[in-house]
Formats: sequence, structure tokens, C-alpha cells
Amino acid sequence: MTKPHISTSSVSRHFGGLIAVDQVDFAVPRGEIRAIIGPNGAGKSTFVGMLCGRIPVSSGKIMFNGKDVTVLPAHKRIRQGIAYTFQITSIYGRLSLKDNVRLSTSWRWGSDEAALENSIDEALSRVGLEDRMDQMAGDLSYGHQRLLEIAMGISQHPQLLILDEPTQGLADSEIADFVTLIRELGGDMTILLIEHNMNVVMDTADQITVLNLGKVLATGTPDEIRANREVQIAYLGETHA
Amino acid sequence: MSVSETNATRPAAKPLTNVKKSLYFHVGLIGVLFLLQFILPAYHHGNLARIMVLASYAMGYNILFGYTGLLSLGHAMFFAAGMYGMGLPMAHLGWTPEPALVAGFVAGIVVSASIGFLALRTSGVSFMIVTLMFAQAGFLTILYFGEWTRGDEGFVIQQAERVMAGFDLSQPANRYNAALILFSLCLIFTLKLVHSRFGRVMIAIRENEERTQMLGYDVHFHKWMAVIMSGTMAALAGAAYALLFGYAGATFASVQYSIFPLLWVLLGGAGTALGPFIGTLFMFYLIDLSSSFTTAYMLIAGLALVLLTLFLPQGLVGELRRRVMPWLT
Repeated sequence: MTKPHISTSSVSRHFGGLIAVDQVDFAVPRGEIRAIIGPNGAGKSTFVGMLCGRIPVSSGKIMFNGKDVTVLPAHKRIRQGIAYTFQITSIYGRLSLKDNVRLSTSWRWGSDEAALENSIDEALSRVGLEDRMDQMAGDLSYGHQRLLEIAMGISQHPQLLILDEPTQGLADSEIADFVTLIRELGGDMTILLIEHNMNVVMDTADQITVLNLGKVLATGTPDEIRANREVQIAYLGETHA
Repeated sequence: MSVSETNATRPAAKPLTNVKKSLYFHVGLIGVLFLLQFILPAYHHGNLARIMVLASYAMGYNILFGYTGLLSLGHAMFFAAGMYGMGLPMAHLGWTPEPALVAGFVAGIVVSASIGFLALRTSGVSFMIVTLMFAQAGFLTILYFGEWTRGDEGFVIQQAERVMAGFDLSQPANRYNAALILFSLCLIFTLKLVHSRFGRVMIAIRENEERTQMLGYDVHFHKWMAVIMSGTMAALAGAAYALLFGYAGATFASVQYSIFPLLWVLLGGAGTALGPFIGTLFMFYLIDLSSSFTTAYMLIAGLALVLLTLFLPQGLVGELRRRVMPWLT
């Protein structure tokens, strides 16, 4: 079996007495699109926050590309090829779209300004915002801000792209474009997708991991997860039929 | 047909990039300041020299506050580090201005690097308080070593000692041009910095620190470097002040001198290269003019400040940029 691209062993995170993530073992092979789903408060955001270094682990170990990155600061993990998009849109509202993407990718290009400009154009085109390049990001609609955030992530050409609820606030047509985009990207990079929209999950994910109360409840293909009795209970509650 | 359409159909000359426009504008201003020395009456000539040195201090402050978004209440400590770093070796060791100026510069780097290292463990309001406390500690240290520093009373650097590279800096014309050189260096440094990748990251930290870290930037390192650049520029201004005006005293290390650059920068426009100068100029003459007809001049200054913050929250240059010169940096 090939080594996983990113994996955790017994990763936990406590906030005071609250256990947000509890001894999670997790592994994703290179190039896979993995969805992470679970009810609100299941620990999904905390878990991916630990993967990308935003949130320090309380215990456990994180491996990326076969290297231990558990104590590596976030900015170094990003430079090793992890990109992260925030659940609550986090862009530079008072800078232009172009400058937003420039910041996300400029360190990859050294002094090659032409290549940098190209990569900015390319990233914005991929999400369909190329016509708005010079607008202030704060003037965009919420949906467009989400797309900008995704453009910033893909402009880094990461090996691992972590998307925290990317389709929240998008219109149906934008969601359809997003699904196409994720499928295209899937060949080039490993993608972790936290998502509430089940259609998006079923249409894009190779595998799904279900978290509940900080623990992994199930991992499997979309069809397996759909049929999983425990998952149904976690989402819908126990029925007494 | 609208104006923009007319413009679009006209074969335009190659447009200047915004960076160049901004650079030419500021270089033009330096030229105007150079020419002003030939027409200004002696009183305003002297004032402007002082304003240019204080504006250099404010420009240093602006690097940290205006561009990086860190509000320090302790910059007097950096100003004083330069002032005493230069003044003490001159007064006690008989150093000439050249090495003394280098000593003031080095004192600025050392003090800002160490204070930055410690104070950046905090952020937000705590950062303000910690810098304020360090500056107070610095102020009290100057008083404590009164035997050498002469405390509040301060000490004079004699005219005979203030000769640098053959120029007597107590001479108004030399003093003005020395102040102009310092001012120009600080202004051009600021412009270069803001247009560099490093400067863009500083602005990114101001706009959204967490995002900046999650884009792969070492936020802590950039903030630390910003403190060092800011503090060292303030120290250079402090050293120049002592050298040009022949006096070093503990007042310059007091909390008042930490608040001044904040006011100047806010009035002129935080995060604009020219704002610190305009703010300093405005405040200086506001106090100068109002004190000529009332002893309650601080009341007038205070009122003007309130009105400006109410109606021009982005400062004078910030407002100018918003309305007419969007390319201004």
C-alpha cells in the first residue's frame, strides 16, 4: 500500500474541558477527493484547522508527505504545499481581487513577475472572476467572495487543498461550476472538503469521512456512507419505529 | 457621450503606472521643499527644518501603525534611543557627529529589536500597554541616570561640536538641508518599502493577519522587522533632532512624545507616505497660530482634532487619496 499523502494518528484537541476532536486516526492517499461531513459541532473545522496548523494539537501526530509536521508553524506548512480556505470568508476587503491573489501566490514565483501575473489571471479565470480583477474585494457579493477565496487557494497550486464549507452562500449555478472545478482539480491535488451540501459531496468525493462528537464515525465511498445505519442515526436521530 | 468614453477612444500616451505617478509626485514635493528655503522668511524657514525632522519621526511611526496596523504608545523610547545614543557619546566621550550619528542609529536598531522581540508576544490593546510601559521605563531610566543625562534639564550640544563633514549644522541653511536630506531618505525608503513584496505583506497583516499567515507568510517575523524599521527611523530622527537643534532632554522620552507621532499620522493620514508630513505641518502651525492669540491654544488644537476625526477619518492625505488621487501611496 502506498503511503498516505496526509495522515493523523490519535490526534486530539481539547478546549478547556471540551473535547472537540478525540483521538482521530485519518489517512488520505495522494490525489483523492475526501469529503469530511458531520453534524454541527462534530469537530470538522477544528480537525482541518490542526492539519493546516491554525490550531495546535493537544496530542497526537500529523504526517504530511511522509514528514512529521505536528509542530510546524502554519506558514511553513502552507509553503510545503497545503492551502486552506476559511469557513467564514477571509479575504482582504480593501484590496483589489488581483492583489488578493497576488498575495496568495507571490512567494512561489521569486522575481518572475510575468509568471506571477499569469498565475493570477489563471486562478481568477478558473473561478470566473477574471473580469473583476481590479475591483475591491469587499465590494463583491458574498458568493463571489467565496469564489475569490477558492481562487486564492488554487493559485498556490497546492498539493493538498483544504476547503472549509466552500459552497456556503453560493447560488445553484455557482455550485454547479464549483463541482466541475473540484473534479478538474482532483487529478492534480489532494482535496479535503468540509461540506454540508450533500449533493456536492456525493458528486465530488471519492471517499467520505464522517465525524461525530469529535470521533470518526465512518469512512467509505459515497454509496457506503449513504447506506450506513450509524451515520443515519447521527444525522437524523434514533428512530423508534 | 460620457467622459470615460471620450477618453477611451482617444489614442492615449503610454500611461504612467501608479507606482511611478506616486514616485514622481513625492520627488516633486522634495523639490518644492528644496526651493522653499530660498523664499521663506527666517522664522518659517526654521520651523520647516524642525517639521521635517519631526515628520521623519512620524514616518517611522507610520511604518508600524499606518502600514502594519500595530499601534505603539512607546515610540518616544526609540526617538530617545537615537537622541541619547548620539548625544551621550558626544557629550561624554567627545565623539564627532559622524560616529555619534552611527551610534544613534545602532542604538535605534538594538532598542527596537529587543523591545519588538518582547512586546510582540502580545497584540492589540496589550501591545499598546506593553510599549507604553517600556517607554515609561526608558523615560525613568533617563531620569535615574541624571548624572550623565542631566534628566529633565537635558544637555546642550555645543555649536562647535555640531560640524559634520565641514558643514556647521547650527547654520540655518545647513540645518534646513540636513533636515531635508533626512526627510527625503525617510520618504523614499517608505515608498520603496510599500511597493516591495515585504511592504505588501505588511499591509496584508494590517488588513487581515490570520489570512496572511494562512497564505504562507511568517507574520511574526514581518511584524518584528516592521518594529525595527519603524523604531530605527524614529531613532534616526531623534539623533538628527539633537544634532540639528543642539539639545537632548528627557522630555523627548516622555509619553507626550509617544502620542505626538500618533496624532500627526492620524491627522495626515495613516498608511499614506505623505500623511505624516502633512499631519506634522498642520499640527505645528495650528499650535503656533492659535498660541499667538490665546493661552488656551491646546483647546483649539483639541477641537480641530475632534473635527478632523469626525469629518476626515482617513486624515488629510487619506481623504485626498480617496477623492482625487487614488494612485497615492
